[in-house]
Parts: sequence; C-alpha cells; structure tokens
Amino acid sequence: LLKPYKSVCIVGSGPAGFYTAQHLLKAHQNVQVDVYERLPVPFGLVRFGVAPDHPEVKNVINTFTQTAKHPRCSFYGNVNVGEDVSVDELQEAYHAIVLSYGAEGNRSVGVPGEDLPGVYSAKDFVGWYNGLPSCQELRPDLSCETAVILGQGNVALDVARILLSPLDALKKTDITQPALEALAQSRVCRVLIVGRRGPMQVASTIKELREMVNLPGTRPEMVAADFDGVAEALKDLPRPRKRLTELMLKTALEMPTEKEQERRKKASRIWGFRFFRSPVEILAEPGCNRVAGVRLAVNKLEGSGEKAQAVLTGEVEDVPCGLVISSIGYRSLPIDPTVPFDSRRAIVPNSMGRVHNAAGLYCSGWLKTGPTGVIATTMNSSFDTARSLLEDVESGKLDVSSAKPGSHMISSLLEKRGVKPVTFSDWEKIDDLETRRGEVSGKPREKILTVAAMLKVARG
Amino acid sequence: MAASAAARTSIGLTLRFHRVIPDCSKCPLYRLKSCTSNRANPQRRSSFNSFRTMNRHLQTSKCNSNSEDPDDVVNVVFIDRSGKRIPVKGKTGDNVLFLAHKHGIELEGACEASLACSTCHVYVSAAHFDKLPEPEEREDDMLDMAPMLQENSRLACQIVLTPDLDGIELTLPKVTRNFYVDGHVPKPH
Repeated sequence: LLKPYKSVCIVGSGPAGFYTAQHLLKAHQNVQVDVYERLPVPFGLVRFGVAPDHPEVKNVINTFTQTAKHPRCSFYGNVNVGEDVSVDELQEAYHAIVLSYGAEGNRSVGVPGEDLPGVYSAKDFVGWYNGLPSCQELRPDLSCETAVILGQGNVALDVARILLSPLDALKKTDITQPALEALAQSRVCRVLIVGRRGPMQVASTIKELREMVNLPGTRPEMVAADFDGVAEALKDLPRPRKRLTELMLKTALEMPTEKEQERRKKASRIWGFRFFRSPVEILAEPGCNRVAGVRLAVNKLEGSGEKAQAVLTGEVEDVPCGLVISSIGYRSLPIDPTVPFDSRRAIVPNSMGRVHNAAGLYCSGWLKTGPTGVIATTMNSSFDTARSLLEDVESGKLDVSSAKPGSHMISSLLEKRGVKPVTFSDWEKIDDLETRRGEVSGKPREKILTVAAMLKVARG
Repeated sequence: MAASAAARTSIGLTLRFHRVIPDCSKCPLYRLKSCTSNRANPQRRSSFNSFRTMNRHLQTSKCNSNSEDPDDVVNVVFIDRSGKRIPVKGKTGDNVLFLAHKHGIELEGACEASLACSTCHVYVSAAHFDKLPEPEEREDDMLDMAPMLQENSRLACQIVLTPDLDGIELTLPKVTRNFYVDGHVPKPH
C-alpha cells in the first residue's frame, strides 16, 4: 500500500544511536530503523557513564524509550556487530548503516608503571561503580589515604566526587551494591586531580566544580602559586570559561566566610587540583608490586588560552599515593575490518557523518567526532548525521530504489549462529526487576551486573 | 499513526481529568521555583516523567479546555532553525518548553526541565529579555555549556509565561555543525 520502506540499521544504542533514530523517524514517514546493541540492555553511557548522583541527566532515557517503542523502530540487544554479524551483511540487509557504537577503549598514559596494581582507567572505574558487566571484576583497592587522578575533565571530577561523597548521599542512588560496600570500607580521604596545564585550561565545567566545592565533609586544598596571573586574565575570557575560572579562584584564594571556615575545619576529606604536572612514571615500593606514588614532571605554559602548551621545565616531584586513576580520555576501537578507521584520531573518518569511501555507511556520536562532549553535543551531532543521510536519500546519492530485506535477513542469520536478540520488551522485564529491587533499599534501581543474569531475566 | 495519536490524546485528557498527571504550570510552588518534586520520590518521578514524555505533544496548562480568555492569553512566536516564524497562543503560567512541545516545535528537553542539560536553549527577543526574572545559578551553569551562547540566551524550560511577556519571540539556535572532521568550514552558498 505504501512506498517500500527505507531501512536503516543503527549500531549502538546510546545517545548517538537513539538521537539519530529519533531524527530519522520524525523526518521521514517511510523509514524503518533497527537499533543493534551488543549488551542485553540499551542506553550506553547514559546507563554506564553518567554518575549515579546525576539522575536528572538520565531523564533522557524517557525520550529514548519513546523512540524505541515507535512502530517503525526495533531494538535488537545482545547482538555483537563485528562478531555475530558483519557490517557487510548489514549492508546487504539495509539501505544504510549508522555506526554509533562510541568509544569503549582507553587512552593510555604511556608511562612505566601504568600496569601496576592500584592503577585504573577512569573508564573502568566508572564502569565498575555503574554496573558495566565487563568492569565488575575490577575490585579497586581503596585502602590507601591518597588517590591521584590524572586528568581534569568532568569524568575526573565525577570519580573524585564518588570517592569522597558521604555514603548517605550515595546510598539513595543507582550505584551498584558492591561499589557501595567497597566505598563504605574506603580509607581514601585525599584526592588530587592532576593536569598538565593551568587553571584556565581545565576541561571540566562549572556544574561539576561547584559540586566538589560544596561536597559535604570535604575541604579544598589548592596551590595558590598555580593561580598567578589568572585574576588579571579574567576580563578577556568568554563567559563560560570566565565563570568557571572565577569559581576556581574564589575556592583557591579567597578568604572563606566564618561559616565556611568552620565547615572546613570539621571536614575530614580533602580534594584539590594540582596544575602544571605531567606523569612520567608510576612508582612502586622496591619489592612490592603495588602503586606507591606518581613521579610528576613540572611544566610551564607557553601561549595562553585553549591553545596553551605545557612545556617541561626539567623539575620533577614525587607524590606518594596508593591509588591512581587515569582520566585522560576514552578511545574508539575498530569493530569490523571493512569499516575505514583513523587510528591516529581513533574515529571513523567522515564528513558530516558520511563515512569516507564507504557508500551507505554513516556514523554519529563519539565514533564520529571523538570522545568529548555531553549528551547535548551528541544530540546535535546525531541530528547532523541523520540530516546527511536524508539529504542523500533525497538526492539519490543513497540508492533506496530497491527494497532491502532488513531485519528478516539478519534475524535468520543470527538464529543460524545461535544468537538470540533481546527485544525492547525483554529489556523492560530487566528494567522492571531492577526498579523493584531498588525499591527495597530506596534506590531508583538495583542494577543487574552480569550479562548472563540479564539474559536470564530477558528470557524468563 | 492517526489512530494511535487519537488514542494518546484521549488517554492524555483522561489522565488529566482524573488528575493523574499533575499540571505543574498551575502550581504556585513551580512558579516560585520552589518545586522539589523532581527530587522527591524517584519512583513516582520516573513514572511521572514517562507520562510527561508520552504526552509531550499535548501537555501544557488547561489544554483540555479551548477557552481563550483574552486576559490569560500570551502570544508567543517561535522561530525555528530554518527561520520560519511559528506564532502560538500560550497562557499565563505556561512553561515555554512544554508549550513548544505541544506545538511540535523542535526544541528538545533532554533532562525534562531539571536544569541538567542545555538542549532547550533559546534566544529571547530583546524587548522581553529584561522582563524575565534573573536566571538562577544552576541555569547559568547549564547555559555555559550551550553552543553559540549569546547575551539573550535562556533555557526555555525556565521561562514561565506572564502577561507582560506577550509578543515574546524565541529563536532556536542554529546548532548545525557543518564542520568537517579536520576543521574545514564549508563556504556558505
């Protein structure tokens, strides 16, 4: 009765995948969108990356749920694109593929000692407390007093905040039960957040900084000299950078009110930025295979603003610590040899979401732009990719003249290979169980922590 | 699609009639920004939110009544990303983000008005900008994250209509990133 459907396949069910789907479904009456996801559960970093104490940021799940339940959208969880089915096979089945599987790898610091016990990537640490199945065996050792976080972006601040938050605050969040228990035993009471450059180059944003400044039971400890020249530079800064820098200056240099002085005296936990420091080695006690400290090279800045560069001065300093968390960025990985991949920048090379030299292939989210930005950034980028795809349908650049078998073909391939996809209503069983379990302890949900357990609930 | 839209409309009206969906825009706590319901009961909040999302194209104040009491009407013009002017009639007490959703304006509200994102960023007409109450610190913090921030930027989810905002024009920022990965900016044509 209607013109044949254009069928589009989206790989990855985080914000990039769902926002691309949303835009395609809204803009075109005749598009069928199938979203494939490796895990049995959808939503990517909204579920596994956003901090447990930021539940409002997760409200976007309601929008994504609405999209998933659209009559022309289907969700296929538990399908590993690259292993269970190839991108070539998807291209046979669909008119277009949008790769939006994000960045699951780590940027490595590249210094000796990085593999010592007690050194973790922020990605894995966050995955651990957020219930990512592949990170549940992390069992980080929190028995030391001082933790050093390398990197000064929002992920670094999230980690610092979770390490130092009063347990009462965490108890009512969707942080996993094992993480809560580990943090209850934690002796970490001093967290240093280390960056190569200065206060005016921090990558974090004001909301997260304010949360640290206001974190109950903690007080800030900064190095005043790190802020030389900053007050003078304020007036020329654009508004977001200016407000952020003002808050940092105030926290580092201003004499606190009496009330604040009282609060700080009572605080048993300490946090602070350390600027102009690059890690050159992670140290262990002789004969002991555990991190005991970080050797930091002292930098000076050349240039100013966002483009300022850190230059070694030759000085080094050693900071004793028992926990090192490297928060210097995520990294996309190639999942299929037929898909072009730029390993220098760790993205799929593209122009406005159109993958280079690959007709019918598109990308959105961190895989397209690199692993920076919040949900809103990814949203805009995904809408752009959807627009590129729709333009290509319009112009004929994307050939949609003949019908494609879509999910019928993929479903039978998967069945032959013994792979049983998880549908969206299967996910809703998992969602329902997690929510009900959470109610018992006053949490929004008690996450299920293994793929096997998720599948059991999905099938049940 | 039409059948399911009609079904949703009737569900929405029924739910409001039976007071299942609270009508925030009429609540004095909401208007005074003293509402804490987003933090109160997470279970209730999440089911409430899914109702709000389900009815995103319908929800605003008094929308089960077609009365257009002239004293209540506040004329709003949305200017979408293509420059098209879309005049709508709102009412005193309406939350501008939900008004936009009611009229199908492409304004996302990813965090559902909880000041945890900047996706409802709009530019406010000069004549009305100063009539809005000062943003609270949390709104300013979120605005800092919005691309193409201007002097007259506000978050739509924090704008509640009053009679003196009649004629307000809200422009959606053109946030298309027509940039190549290597930073090349295509020349406008």
